[in-house]
Amino acid sequence: MKKEELFARIEKAIIEGLKSEAVDLAREAVRAKLDLTEVIEKGYVPGIQKVGDLWEKGDYFLPELITSAECMKAAMAVFQPELDKANIKTKTKGKVVIGTVEGDIHDIGKNLVASMLSANGFDVVDLGADVKLDKFIEKAEESEADFICLSALLTTTMVGQRTLIERLKQKNLGGKFKVLVGGAPANQKWADEIGADGYAENAMLAVKAAKRLMGA
Amino acid sequence: MIKTIRPKLELLSRRFIEKIIDEAYEILDKQGIFVENKEALKLFIQAGMKVDKKTHRVHLKRRLIEKCLATAPAVIKLYDRTGEREYVVGGDEVHFDPGSAAVTILDHKTGEERKPVTKDLVDYCRLTECLDNIHFQSTGLISSDVPHPIADIYRLYAGLVFSRKPVVTGTFRVESFRPMKDLLAAVRGGDKELAAKPLAIFDACPSPPLKWSNLTTQSLIDSARAGIPSELISMGMTGATSLVTISGTLVQHVAENLCGVAIVQLAKKGAPVIFGGSPSSFDMRRGTTPMGAIETMMIDAGYTQIGKYLNLPTHAYMGLSDAKTNDAQAGLETGLGAVLGALAGVNVISGPGMLDFESCQSLEKLVIDDEICGMAYRLISGIAQREDPIATDKFEGFSPETQFLSMPHTKKWYRTEHSYPLIADRDTYDAWVALGRKPIAERASEQVEKILKSNPPAFIEEDVRTELTRILTAYAKANGIVSLPELA
Repeated sequence: MKKEELFARIEKAIIEGLKSEAVDLAREAVRAKLDLTEVIEKGYVPGIQKVGDLWEKGDYFLPELITSAECMKAAMAVFQPELDKANIKTKTKGKVVIGTVEGDIHDIGKNLVASMLSANGFDVVDLGADVKLDKFIEKAEESEADFICLSALLTTTMVGQRTLIERLKQKNLGGKFKVLVGGAPANQKWADEIGADGYAENAMLAVKAAKRLMGA
Repeated sequence: MIKTIRPKLELLSRRFIEKIIDEAYEILDKQGIFVENKEALKLFIQAGMKVDKKTHRVHLKRRLIEKCLATAPAVIKLYDRTGEREYVVGGDEVHFDPGSAAVTILDHKTGEERKPVTKDLVDYCRLTECLDNIHFQSTGLISSDVPHPIADIYRLYAGLVFSRKPVVTGTFRVESFRPMKDLLAAVRGGDKELAAKPLAIFDACPSPPLKWSNLTTQSLIDSARAGIPSELISMGMTGATSLVTISGTLVQHVAENLCGVAIVQLAKKGAPVIFGGSPSSFDMRRGTTPMGAIETMMIDAGYTQIGKYLNLPTHAYMGLSDAKTNDAQAGLETGLGAVLGALAGVNVISGPGMLDFESCQSLEKLVIDDEICGMAYRLISGIAQREDPIATDKFEGFSPETQFLSMPHTKKWYRTEHSYPLIADRDTYDAWVALGRKPIAERASEQVEKILKSNPPAFIEEDVRTELTRILTAYAKANGIVSLPELA
């Protein structure tokens, strides 16, 4: 298969959300000893970008979005050990520590954001749901993260977002990590009030906000 | 006299209901359900169920649940603050209560949502007390000027001080149960008296899919032992936290609620429990959970029918809207929900006053919705024969001059047969113009003012209030909170 044909097929597999196809094509690229960063940049990335466009146009809904994001993730999982072996560092758009704040076990919104960030080239450390506030800080320091993304569905747990920002300040870490907040009860006003760096209403806007904060 | 038909909405055939229940049983047995509460797991082990203590997964046998269903009461009686007025929760009785735990209030003056303060909570409690078609009150607003650790207790305190109506409420924290129960018992004059005449319903939500959290499980156990009715609030969101099909969401809903019934009955045999919910059709574009979607209402009517089949009292979140202001959408969704809920015979319908996905209360909407609920009540009271013969005797001596308006028959029946709204516009065009072309929210706002001005607060007796305040302040102090906003 010609490289161009492979890239086109990869792009199509991502757009259409065909997981086994996306994985098979990744394996084929590895077997053919292709330049994997090129395969990612010219096949997978254009695919997920088109998915984003289709979402913006209103053609794609969440099930398509999340399926394509999962295809990306599965293909990247094929590449990662190869890239590690060859000691190739892929260009990351930024490192993100994400989770739903303690007391809150709701994680659909958070999962969507994590998937879309990861599909769009961010390095995502997903801490899951009901995460202790100090664990966010601990993991962010440990992984030298650029962002901390906090989700909350309940109004009662939303206050944890404020507490985390306060704790960062107490630890003199204010400004070291950008803080993005989201979740049903949150809004821009809330983000401003608690001094968060950004707020996103949905997963696609979270990707945009993250890119903007990284100056990309 | 020919019997009046109680109009009813049924969406499922008997065979369909049984299939849904069968599949729910199969899932509870084969896949199990997560119960993250040690006490409940112990109860399940004692009942001979297979429990994995590490993963908190319980496999529930059908025979156990059927035994639990057999001891759960089909009808619950709630009593108001005075203990005199009785409300039957069961059969096809319908009681509306405002949607609960709003985090914002729609400020009529600015047209913006804002955080409620204690003054809003007081107005809201007083208004609810005065609306005839809203039978129960709910702890509907979370005051932002009250410290979080006692927010759930404080709103119950305010409700009890300002309104006689039974309360639909719930705990935010495990520790809150005790003081909330103490407040209720103080009104009744003791724990036994409270169990004999329940004053409140406690909501408890499983976490979809198939999980009961520590907080809500504890609430079920504590409520059961105190004789307080629990309302099981399963809330699958189609395609997000439950299967995308309505029937698939119903299977999960039934499985979660059946587990809740089992927890309640194992904690105390015969304890009151309500088969409720707050599921929604998940918006695949926006990731939101529209309560005004017709599919949401179909799920509600569907599980209500199943709850009735299981011989349990029922509850749903209906009669509310996702609109952000009191516009046409607000009326449309609320009207649809209230009418469909009443037709489905949902015993407790929570929703009136609510906007913006169960997050924003509006006093103006509450007044409008009271009228909508009145229409729903009128509808389910059906077409009655009233007299025998119906008409022939009234037509004796009929002539072109026959006057209906002055007929004694008219005076006798017109108020029973028909309702006369205060808010809905029934004026002629010219009269409407002369009255200032006021939109409905404007008329509703005037009504809110009028009600609050002309009805003095329905304060609880002074000595009981002193005791309630003592319980509240003692709990606040124990949590390091020294000052609380004054209740006006």
